[in-house]
Amino acid sequence: MDTVYILITGFLSVVLINNLVLTKFLGICPYLGVSGRIDMAFGMGLAVTFVMTLSGTLTWLIDHLVLMPLGLEVTRYVCFILVIASAVQLVEMYLRKFFPSLYDSFGIFLPLITTNCAILGLCLFLNLWGTDSLLEAVVLSAGGGIGFTIAICIMAGIRENLQMVDVPEPLQGAPITLITAGILSLAFMGFAGII
Amino acid sequence: MTTNPDGQASNYTKTLLAGLWRENPVFRLLLGMCPTLAVTAAVKPALTMGLCVVFVLICSNIMVSLMRNLLKPHLRILMFTLTIATFVTIADLFLKAFLPAMSEKLGPYVPLIIVNCIIIARAEACASKNPILMSIIDALGMGVGFTLTLCILAGVRELIGTGKLFEIQVMPNAFVPWAALTMPVGAFLTLGFLLAFVNLISKKHS
Repeated sequence: MDTVYILITGFLSVVLINNLVLTKFLGICPYLGVSGRIDMAFGMGLAVTFVMTLSGTLTWLIDHLVLMPLGLEVTRYVCFILVIASAVQLVEMYLRKFFPSLYDSFGIFLPLITTNCAILGLCLFLNLWGTDSLLEAVVLSAGGGIGFTIAICIMAGIRENLQMVDVPEPLQGAPITLITAGILSLAFMGFAGII
Repeated sequence: MTTNPDGQASNYTKTLLAGLWRENPVFRLLLGMCPTLAVTAAVKPALTMGLCVVFVLICSNIMVSLMRNLLKPHLRILMFTLTIATFVTIADLFLKAFLPAMSEKLGPYVPLIIVNCIIIARAEACASKNPILMSIIDALGMGVGFTLTLCILAGVRELIGTGKLFEIQVMPNAFVPWAALTMPVGAFLTLGFLLAFVNLISKKHS
């Protein structure tokens, strides 16, 4: 019961309260770049969730089974980035071979994910939050991805409507998106009390 | 981008100044947004972060420039990332050893320099095509431009959010700090308005 409780609160916390985009500022580049249309945003969100769950789990395993027993924590960053880059490569190759239609719909998003700071950020946060069981690591990484998807989809919805609005010229493009993100993050602060 | 391989003095100055305004990484190219938003609640962490980025940028540009003739196209990005990760580890260990409190405050945003698009972009656009001196100058211009931008943003947020600058009280006592500016909301709003301001200025100039 206790474990289930920890898992549920951890999941809610990483999806809503500690949302990677709106409170930790991770993955802002795709957030500003891809959030123009809601279907693209959803595709990006799915791809990120998938890779994030995979690499969060893998890096946790490597960190706890290889680096910590051998005392090689110094090489942690190099190892993490290698794991993420190869996970993305593997996923890309696997999808291209077995699910070509899915691969086509992900398009350019997959290679872009390697340099998405949300993935590396989540792996580092797992370490910082002292995640001590594999199950918790899996749930938290999936939650991080879902949180990213929620944030980017809300943003895409708002931006689709923004196109019909007369925005002052200097504010057009990135500035108004950032200001909208600020207001969204204000709204997400309201979740802070639920746990 | 200047691509002159010999490079005259004027060329160097042009590259150096490009990072400050014309190709300013944050205001113009919208690169490296994560640290820009995350560490700018106060000037001190912003300055530390900026200097870390300058260090990593210069070192990785030197390395990439040295090995530019050995790079294979499909392994290029991986080589860049590994080089950057090595220097980020050095910077992180340095901070942990000499500025432990600051290292604690910056937390995972120091290792996140690895995936900072500015550094990969400079390695790709400049260092992999130019000799060492040009790469260093480019890194210096970009790095200083980035640091200045961080400090401006952090200055605004710290001044209005807490009434202090470098943790010293600046505003009169009657001033009520807008605490929201030190929270995530403030980061997005301040950067949004600063970008709008920059757009306005560059529009008037042209």
